[in-house]
Amino acid sequence: MNETIKVKQMESGKLTLIFTGLVILLVSAILFSACLGRYPLSVSDLLTYIFTGRSIDTSLPTVLLNVRLPRIIGALIVGAVLSVAGTAYQGLFRNPMVSPDILGVSSGAGFGASLAITLSLSLIGIQLMAFAFSMLAVFLALFVSKIISKNHDKILMLVLSGMVTAAIFNALISLMKYIADSDSKLPDITFWLMGSLASITFDEIKVVLPLVTIGIVPMLLLGWKLNVLSFGDEEAKALGVNTGRLRLIIICCATLITASVVCIAGLIGWIGLIIPHFSRFLVGPNHKYLLPASCLSGSIFMLLVDDVARSATSLEIPLGILISLIGAPLFLVFLSKSTKKSW
Amino acid sequence: MKLEIKNGVFGYAGKAVIRNINFELNTGEIVCLLGKNGAGKTTLFKSMLGVLKPISGSILLNEKPIEHWSRPQFARLVGYIPQARSLPFPFTVMDVVLFGRTSHLSTFGSPGKKDRLLAEECLELLKITHLKNRSFTQLSGGEQQLVIIARALAQQPAFLVMDEPTSSLDFGNQIKIIRQVNALKNNSLGIIMATHSPDHAFMCDANVAIIHKGKMWKTGHSNDVVSEEILKEIYGVEVKVRLLGNPECNRLVCVPTV
Repeated sequence: MNETIKVKQMESGKLTLIFTGLVILLVSAILFSACLGRYPLSVSDLLTYIFTGRSIDTSLPTVLLNVRLPRIIGALIVGAVLSVAGTAYQGLFRNPMVSPDILGVSSGAGFGASLAITLSLSLIGIQLMAFAFSMLAVFLALFVSKIISKNHDKILMLVLSGMVTAAIFNALISLMKYIADSDSKLPDITFWLMGSLASITFDEIKVVLPLVTIGIVPMLLLGWKLNVLSFGDEEAKALGVNTGRLRLIIICCATLITASVVCIAGLIGWIGLIIPHFSRFLVGPNHKYLLPASCLSGSIFMLLVDDVARSATSLEIPLGILISLIGAPLFLVFLSKSTKKSW
Repeated sequence: MKLEIKNGVFGYAGKAVIRNINFELNTGEIVCLLGKNGAGKTTLFKSMLGVLKPISGSILLNEKPIEHWSRPQFARLVGYIPQARSLPFPFTVMDVVLFGRTSHLSTFGSPGKKDRLLAEECLELLKITHLKNRSFTQLSGGEQQLVIIARALAQQPAFLVMDEPTSSLDFGNQIKIIRQVNALKNNSLGIIMATHSPDHAFMCDANVAIIHKGKMWKTGHSNDVVSEEILKEIYGVEVKVRLLGNPECNRLVCVPTV
């Protein structure tokens, strides 16, 4: 028994180390990103400004508060949300190949935004439509799966319903692109679908942050229960988990947070697939630790990729493209590493 | 305590697989469930666990219909041991056993020190403490089955429902599992175990329930019920049932003629 406690202490020591490392990395990444840009700052200038409020340079506060900070916070939120949603979905669907858009959340958002752009709605109109249609797509998938899965495998039916919903909304996106004015509307739609953090403002963050918090907290708290779902529905039920209710809560929370970030940032793929793998590699499969670890590493990753997107070339590289270019090879690396650890 | 089925009709999508099921399991008793492939053993188990809704009839735990029990309440009294299966993520053995504590935790809770010590005891009882920090996915089938039994014991249930716990295990591991089942009975658990080997019923000195042609065909003590004619009827092969009378092994055995 002493041995158990020792192992437990060793284990928690390792976890503390990893989480401390991630937090330090996060803080460094934030400082680095704040200094990076066309208007360069030194870290010492930045720290002086943060701790004393004094600045030798009069334009520093403007650049920092109005341009860089919203974008940094935006990147952190988007990264954390997509990673947590991806991790939760991989656990929920018992499949490490699942990403947050499995139930059609991105396709719905994409259609909502394209429709709004075609109808010449304002920026807020586009965001509201993206949010509404991404929620609608997921609830449609849930509803369809409820109807068709009488005694079949519920999870399989849910995935298939999600695929069908996504296919329909993708077709509608294509339709919107086809009928959109190719000089003014089509570029806007294409650009929105590629995803970007360039235009995020504090006002948007003020709206999104509470929604994200409402969705993410229950997910983090339900980590242990999510583990039990790994054994499949029947066993989880026999272990005392109300699987239907748990699944519904997780899907609602994940949809709320994903829809909230997709409507301000557009479609950003891959991160919800890679970060769960990376985090599992760091802290193991226990969702109690895996979800917070995904949250941290996802936001760090997103912030760094967005730094590349905005400063690697004079023209901003669309985030969606960059994430796929960096993410896809990285995914292969994690995959080859993780097969060695056999999962 | 008693787990009881009254006039059960069980099946899928309104189509009955088995009907007229009347059955009773008490604590401190082993019942071996016999029946050929597809007879409806798993259907019966799914219904008993409340995973599959009965078409008609009632299932009572402590005289109370199981649909009136919440999932955690039910799991604190009835543990389920399925056939060994794959797991998508590499949880450690300790984690897997701790999953057995889920029904004792609050909604947002996770296992604490007491739960860990209890899980430790369960591992020790099954003599698999050395596997504690191994990844469940890397274990052999026999080891996995023992871990799943430890997980069910961590639920501290009064009843165990075991669905062919020895399937896909080698000869030695099969016997180890049967020994464990006997030991658990002596700890006054009530066990219902589906098995494909009628010998297991003799080894456990168990009662048997035979599902045949869509109904509960025979019930009673194995020595009275498991006969050559009955085995011929269920499995369609000639089997000799003989008493192996030497002092170490005083029990009936099944010897199929090939």
